[in-house]
Parts: sequence; C-alpha cells; structure tokens
Amino acid sequence: MKPITELVKDLADRHGRERRSLLPILQGVVEQEKYLSEFSMLTISRELNIPVTEVYGTATFYSFLECKKMGKYIIRICKTITCSMKGEKQILLAIEDMLKIKVGETTQDGKFTLLETNCLGFCHKAPAMLINNEVYTELTPEKIREILTSYLNDKIIGGEHVN
Amino acid sequence: MSTSHILKRADFIFKNENDWEEVLTKSLARTPNELINELISSELKGRGGAGFPTGLKWKLTSELKSDEKYVICNADEGEPGTFKDREILSRVPFKVLTAIAICGHVIGAKKGYIYLRGEYFFLQQELKKAISEFEFFCKEIKYDFKISIFMGSGAYICGEETALFESMEGKRGEPRNKPPYPTAYGYMGKPTVINNVETLSHTYTIFNYGSKRFYDLGVQFSRGTKLFSVSGDTPKPGIYELELGMSLTDFVEEFGDDDTKAVQVGGAAGFLVPRKKFAETSIGYEGKLVGISLPTGGSMMLFNSSRSMFNVLDNYLNFFAEESCGQCTPCRVGCQQLLKGIKAVKRGEKPAAYLDKLLSLAETMQLTAKCGLGQSVANSFSSIVENFREEMIY
Amino acid sequence: MGKKIKITVNGQPVEVEKGTSILDAANQIGVIIPTLCYHKDLCVAGNCRVCVVEVVGQKRLAPACATPCEDGMDILTNTHKVRNSRKHIIELLLSEHNADCTSCYKNGNCELQLLASEYKIMSQDFIHLVPFRNYTIDDFSPSIIKDDSKCIRCQRCVRTCAELQSVNALTMAHKGEYAMITTFFEKSMNDVICTNCGQCVNHCPTGALVEKNYIEEVWSAISDKDKYVVIQTAPAVRVGLGEELGFDPGSRSTGKMVAALKRLGFDSVMDTDFTADLTIMEEGTELLTRLKKALAENDKTVKFPMTTSCSPGWIKFIEHLYPEFLDHLSSCKSPQQMFGALVKTYYAKARKLDPAKIVSVSVMPCTAKKFEAARPEMHDSGYRDVDYVLTTRELAIMIKQAGIDFKKLEDMHFDRLMGESTGAGVIFGATGGVMEAALRTAYELVTGREVPFENLDITPVRGMEGVREAKIKIENPLKEWSFLDGVELKCAVAHGLTNVKYMMDKVRAGKADYHFIEFMACPGGCLGGGGQPIPTNPEIRQRRAEAIYAEDAGMPFRKSHENPEIIKIYKDFLGHPLSEMSHHLLHTKYTARGM
Repeated sequence: MKPITELVKDLADRHGRERRSLLPILQGVVEQEKYLSEFSMLTISRELNIPVTEVYGTATFYSFLECKKMGKYIIRICKTITCSMKGEKQILLAIEDMLKIKVGETTQDGKFTLLETNCLGFCHKAPAMLINNEVYTELTPEKIREILTSYLNDKIIGGEHVN
Repeated sequence: MSTSHILKRADFIFKNENDWEEVLTKSLARTPNELINELISSELKGRGGAGFPTGLKWKLTSELKSDEKYVICNADEGEPGTFKDREILSRVPFKVLTAIAICGHVIGAKKGYIYLRGEYFFLQQELKKAISEFEFFCKEIKYDFKISIFMGSGAYICGEETALFESMEGKRGEPRNKPPYPTAYGYMGKPTVINNVETLSHTYTIFNYGSKRFYDLGVQFSRGTKLFSVSGDTPKPGIYELELGMSLTDFVEEFGDDDTKAVQVGGAAGFLVPRKKFAETSIGYEGKLVGISLPTGGSMMLFNSSRSMFNVLDNYLNFFAEESCGQCTPCRVGCQQLLKGIKAVKRGEKPAAYLDKLLSLAETMQLTAKCGLGQSVANSFSSIVENFREEMIY
Repeated sequence: MGKKIKITVNGQPVEVEKGTSILDAANQIGVIIPTLCYHKDLCVAGNCRVCVVEVVGQKRLAPACATPCEDGMDILTNTHKVRNSRKHIIELLLSEHNADCTSCYKNGNCELQLLASEYKIMSQDFIHLVPFRNYTIDDFSPSIIKDDSKCIRCQRCVRTCAELQSVNALTMAHKGEYAMITTFFEKSMNDVICTNCGQCVNHCPTGALVEKNYIEEVWSAISDKDKYVVIQTAPAVRVGLGEELGFDPGSRSTGKMVAALKRLGFDSVMDTDFTADLTIMEEGTELLTRLKKALAENDKTVKFPMTTSCSPGWIKFIEHLYPEFLDHLSSCKSPQQMFGALVKTYYAKARKLDPAKIVSVSVMPCTAKKFEAARPEMHDSGYRDVDYVLTTRELAIMIKQAGIDFKKLEDMHFDRLMGESTGAGVIFGATGGVMEAALRTAYELVTGREVPFENLDITPVRGMEGVREAKIKIENPLKEWSFLDGVELKCAVAHGLTNVKYMMDKVRAGKADYHFIEFMACPGGCLGGGGQPIPTNPEIRQRRAEAIYAEDAGMPFRKSHENPEIIKIYKDFLGHPLSEMSHHLLHTKYTARGM
C-alpha cells in the first residue's frame, strides 16, 4: 500500500493534472484507501492546483466516493423497487444478523461496512448487491452467509462476470 | 399462457459481431453525408429514453466547424429496471466500438469515450481488452481514432447528457442550461455526439444491413426494434429485442398473467399503466397508433396484485430525492415534498385532498425543473396517484 | 455590434441584439421578471427557477436569465401557468427555509421575504423541512455568521467566492435532499481559507450569511456613563450610508453622518481619513526607504514590489496563499488600527482621559475589519486598540433605532485632534486611491514639486478595470534623493481578489516588474466592501466612486503631508515617520497560515 503522497503523484502522472483528471484520481485513492480523508484531499488539491474546497464539493457529490472511514469490504445492497420487491429486507436482516451492524455502520474489526445503494442493473436477478466491485445476484439469506463467510476467511467467492 | 405470439421478436443486437471489421471498413469508405442520410431514412430514435432522432443529431454535429469534436457513448445506465446496456457491452462490445468510430468519421472527431457507470466496474477489464484490439485494427487500416473509458462513481443524474459532461470535466454532475445543446457545446465545450449504448448498436445494424431492414420493422414514428429489460412479477425476467409499437395487452400476455395489476414503463422516470389501460397503450415514441404512446428506455417492471402502489411510489420518490443533483428548487425541494406528502396523507396527518396539491406541484416540477430528472418525476407520480388514489389514502 | 432580432414580450414587439437573455430583453421595455439566483456581478446559474416565463410553442417554461432570445420568440411573463409555477417555487423555497422572519437579522432586507410578499404567499401548505435537518449556526468567525437553515441554495455565495474573489472557501456539497452550501469538510468559516471579505454576505439574498453585528455592545458602551466612546469613520462609509437612509447611490452624506453619530451619543466623532493621511506619511517613507536601500546602498535583500497593507481581506489572503511574500507587505497597520492605537495613547494623553475607560469603535464598509480588530497583535496601546467594528449597514440600523430622521439633519464637523483629513485620505475608499494618495506625497517629498497631473488627479490609477498600471518618472529630485534621478516609478493597482490573485501569481513567477502595488480585496475597493449597503453592483460602485472623487476635489487640503493635525501629531507625539514611537504603535507583523 503506497503512502498517499506517492499514490496521488502516481495517479496524477497517469491521468494528468487538469481539472478533468480529478475524478479518476479520486477514484484511484478510494480504490486503495476505501475513502477520502482530509489529508488525501489536501494532497490532491496541491498536486492538481485545485482549491481544496472544490475537491471536497466534487467528491461528496458521488455516492461511491466516501469521505468517512470505511471497512475493508464495502457492502452495497440495492434498495430500488425490483430488489425491494424480491426480498431486499430479508437480505438486510441476514447481514445485520451475521455481522451485527446496521446500515451505515462498520464492523468492530473494520472488515465490513454496510450501505444501501440504488439500482445496480441486475433487476432480472434480484435481489442484488455489491461488495467493493464484485456483483452478487439472486441473493438469499443462505447465499449471503456463504458469500460473507468466504470474505471472512479471505477466500472470496467471485460474483457476476462477463460471459 | 397465450400462444398468439403477437409480439414480434428480432435478433439484431445480440447477433454475433464477427463482421465488425468489415462493417467498420466499408462504412469508413462512405462519405459522412451518405452515412447521415442512411441514419435519417432509418428514422432511428435515441434508445436511452429521450428519443431524439439519431441521424439529425449526427448531422447537426457534423455541420459545425471546430478543432475538436467528441463522440461519447452513454453507458451510465441507471434507470431502475434497465439492464440492457450492460448486456450489450459484455456480449457485443465491438458493435458499440465500431459505431463510435463510424460516428467519429461522420462528425470529424478523433476521440471517443465510454462513460461507464461505477457499478459496472467489473466490465472494465474485458472492455479494455476489446478496446485494445479495436484500436490495433484501426491503426492497421490507418484510421486515427482512439477510445477511452471514463468511470462514473455512483450518480444516476450523470446519465443526463450535460451532467455527464460536467462529470467528465471533473466537476459535480450538475446539468447545464440548455440551450446551448451538446451538438454545439458538449464535452469541454466542444461539439459532441452523445448516444446511448443501445442506440449505437442499432446504428451498427443500420450500417451493416441498410436502413430499410431497420425501417421495415416497428410502426410509424417508432421504427425498428428495441431491447426491453423485463423484471418484477414475471415468469420471464430478462432482456428481449422486440419491434416497437406493441400494445401493452400483448406485452402482458407474453410476460405477465391475469394477476398483473400494473406495468411501469420506462423506469421510475416513466409511467405506471394500470390493467384497465393496457389495451389503449402502445410502446413507442410520439405519435398515435392506438391511444397513448410512451417514450421509453425499455424498462418494463410488472406488478401483481400483492404489490402496494403506495410502496412503489414511495420507493421511486426516495430514489429521486436521493439522486437529484440538488441545484434547482423544483426538483430538490419538490421531490422531498412529494415524498413526505404521500407519507403524511397515508398516516392521516394531511387530508386526502392534499394529494391534489401534490399533483399540481408535480406539474410545476415538470414545467420548471432544470433537467429531465425533475421534469420526469411527475410521470410516475401522476400516473400512480391518479390510477391508484385509494392506495395512497387507505 | 451584434445582429438584431425581433421578439415580442407580452404582445409588445422589442428589437434586441442576438444572444440577449429574455430577462434583459423584457427589462428593456419595463417588464420586470423576478429573480433570486441571478446577480449582475456573477455568471448565470439558472437554478432557482423563479424567473421562469412562457415561450409560446414550448411545452416547458423557460428560465428568463438563462435563455437567449431567438428571432420571432413570443414571450409571456404573466400567464396563469407562470404565476402558478412561480408561486409554487416560492412556496417550495419557504418550506426549506427557516422563515421565522421577525427574529431574523435580514428582516425587511430579504429578497425571499420580498418575493413572498409580492406574491402574497398567505399560507404554507407544504411540509416544513427545516426540522428534519440538524442545522447549526456557525458564528465562530468575528466577521461572518452562517446559518444554513436559511439557505436557499441559490449558490450566489459560492459563485462570488469562486469567480469574484478566487478564494473558494465555499462549495455545494452532497446532492439531492442533502445538497448544501458549505466549506471544506464542513468546518467553521473561521477555520478555513475565508478571508472575511464579506462579499458573500453582500451577495446573499437571505439571512443565511450575515455580518456578526456589535450593535448591542456599542449601545451598552454609549449608555455606560463611565465610558468615553470614540468613533472613527472610514472614507467609503460616507458615500454608501445614504443608500440605507433614503438617498440614491452616489450621495455624499459626510456632514449628516457626523451629526447622526453625535446624536447617537458618541463622546467623540473623528475620522479614519486622518489616519489614512498618517498611513501615507509612514508608508510613503517606508517605500522611499526601501528605494534608498536598494538603489543607493545596493541592498539586495530589499523586497520589491512593496504592497499596501490596509485591506484585511487581502492580508488574510496573502497569509494563506502566498505566505512566502509576507515581507513584501508594508509593515504599516491599516488606518483603522493606527487610529485605534493612537486613540488610547496620543488622544487619551491630550484629553487627559484614562485609556482604560475609552471604548474605541469604528464604522467600516468592511466585515474583515472585525477580524482585523480581533487579531492578537492589535494591542499596542496596552489595550485592545479597536474594541468594536460596525459596518455601514449596522450604523444605519442604529440611526433608525434612535429615531433620527437622517434626511433632516444639519451637517456637522468631525471633532479635533484626529478628525482633520485631506482629499488624499478620502480617496482611500476607492480602488487606486491609496496609490494616488501615496504618489501625491512621495513625489513632492522627493522633487519638491507637485505631481504632474492636472488638479492633482492622477487619472491613470483611477477606474474600475481589475488591474491598472501607472509609471511616473522622477527627474531633478532634491539633493538627498538624487539616487532617484531618472528612475521610473512603476506602480500597479488590483482590486477584487481574483485580480489580486492574478497579480500575485505574476509576482510569484517573477514577472511583476513594479515598485509598489495597491491591493484591495473588494471589487471597486472599499466602496464595494462586504459591509456596504446591499445591493452592490457595477453601476452602484461607479456612482460611489464618483462621489469619493467629488469629496476629494472639494477638500481644502489634497495632500496628506499638508494636514495640520498630521503635522501636529508628528511634532507633539511621534517625532518623524518610522520613528521608534511610530514603529511601536503604527506598524505590525503578519502570520503565515496554512490552507
């Protein structure tokens, strides 16, 4: 894991130092750190010569650019209509039961954060969720236990992939 | 289950794409005007939901003089119930890349982008491989055109064309004032063609087989086929390519059953059609075939009798209140008022007549909101409240 | 000259230049369309949607401020559809707004309140949204109070802070129902790069951003028989105060202002212009001293360009963003602070007063002065040099509270000892004024002759252009200044922090070949300050500027060094410019600050 100053510099070398390079750089920092701290934003502000307030205003617009400390694995459950109809509530309960956290919270060991999100584009296989960048569909409480256990044991089951 | 098969299926989009190199080469050999005329005579309209004539869009952009122009593929698919673009990008990406490159030839752009929503991150790797192969071929045929992926980060509003540009420019995804339109002032303030993934796939079909093949399908004002994303209370969830112009009765025959209470056409920004109006509703663009026609991104969500329309509306309004960019008054505050309003009526804190004030507010939002999001909330709000008023109250 | 097109507004034909907005076109024929997020100083936003109008043939309503006219457009500004929509928009805004008007500082001066009154919003059917959010008031800054419960998200403050001032302390954050205007990580204004210039306050249509007012504290001091309350008045106040009390912009109300202050109960009413003259003596000498060190003694450590230091918004700006150039600043305090230090030493001694019983008040066109007065180093008199700073707006409020009919007042004069000033002192209120005042004195000091400009009006440094330059060649100077013979004195003026930034970037790049630069944080200089009457826009600034130069032209003395009270203070108290006493009371140090 690179220190932030080095990470930001590398990202800027790759994406550029213009205003339009901001989003890919923010994404790059979130990819490694899972969230954007004050220090990260100040570093990006200096590297790109963009006012730090603007960096903050831009980052907070996007749901996937969290500005609060996150766990190692961010679970995002879809709460839009079809997933809601197909059992999102039961899925939430199963997760809350297993990890002992509510929506918006992070487990004590810093491993999981539970969030809700909007339509993931898998409505025909609802309910669906993201864990970091992996998509899991056709969820049931049993499947949830299986998936989360795999994460706990660091032997992660893969999600939906391209054919 | 009916066996009449009134719905006309087609298979253009997902047909194999092995001929992409040929399609690209022969299209690049044609003049921009020829290609534009082909698109115009096909009467292809945008498949993302707004339905603007694609040929006209490419024509307007090609006519402007500018040192830089861009082609952008809008893959920020976020409308609830829509999942077709994901499927296209994972199964037939070369059709999309070819279409982008041909558009570049038509309008005079050297750079194309795919704005890919953050939730589809898992598609990146394969897509990058495809782009690599594609650019290699372009180099071989000496066509100077590059394509990059720009990732979104979780914002439904970035599917709105000007909000998308703002996002790509490193800013908050707040829609711009229109005019000026993207054809004149788009990404980085330059003339830009921005098309939905599916729209681009259809241009591929048209350039491959000619406009007549496309035009002959569908109905007047709604030519060609469309991908429909079907989900909800249906035994056949999935993606289906169908000719435009079908009536909802026929659709429900195929995908629903006697218990289908209502269908949401076009996502949360679309219309809820109750059973009693299925017969008079056809799926297409402006222009009347049978009763009302509905413009659509193709999301079709079916609800059976067990579903509470109040919960459905509540879900949509929550969605809009969260995803609104927040800059304009009617949308930012209006969404909150509609959401809290129906809850208040349901709990008896406000009288049933308050629903009429809310309907009037929804109309104001439609007239005054700065972009399509705020303007479309009234669609589902009015159609649900008007057709299922009792469910809002009791 | 653009191409002309023909449109109709409410049936009336109008000819306008292509590209004119519907708002401006309607204005041409006296049709007023209400606005909220629109402001002449700023780029068009088009987000409040108050200005929507009907365009025949279009399904949706169009925002008048953001829609350019097209040939043949048929515009209707008062149809049922328009009125109904506008009413809804105002109701929506009121629903997300803390509409407790009677306890709001902007009661009577609020643009939202005015709209609600015009459209007779007599009932609020919509659900009140403020209780659902945990708004807190940010009043940690000595200058500005930010109350998010009153924010209507018009983004005028964001655009002002970003475009007009290039400070970027404010931004829109989050989205949807949580969209709000805030600072970096939602910290207090006092903890971020805010320069306290108050331009946001001047542009805010509601009470979301207001100055921290010290009205009650000043009333308390005045009613305290044990205290001797002195007030100093800044030059820009006298050309702005009238606007709050029934006069048109550009009115000069110096005499009435003094009369009102006396009626309010101040024990002594004196003039900041006096210490403006003093600043010229000190700063002029400082400049000449630097020139001597550089040119006659070949001292390479001397810093050029030297910059003015009387604008506290500018001071905080350089402390945050260009801390490595702090030694370019003149070490002179601002006229306000010089006055404060002298009132509790020189004045107290002369009037045989106990300085502990003196309350030193100032009335300024400025919100940053409140921060300046509270700076820890401003205690050279042994006490806090300036106890309270009132803005022009606060003074008007006090005058109204006291039941004074301002228009009927007879002119009165400032009190003696620190109340006499010259035309050079009064022009401090306009951009270019400090530079002009400095040149009038420095040139004469060095050559023994008056500046070679008719009427002493150094027009090259006047005007509203963001950045201006002037060159004066020194020829045949007096013997002790012979090292300046043939030297072309290169000066520059920048106002509004965006122009200041432009110039400082040049300084940083080594491309600012000037000896002396005047920097003002506010557009127009102090006359456009954050504490001046609202509204302030380009036309109003222009009129106030004309008033300032008219004051100058009418003064008996036009050069700082001619001021009899200045001559007296040096003779009786300070000795000479840059003396030890001057250094102790009239000069200061600066603080490098982070981002």
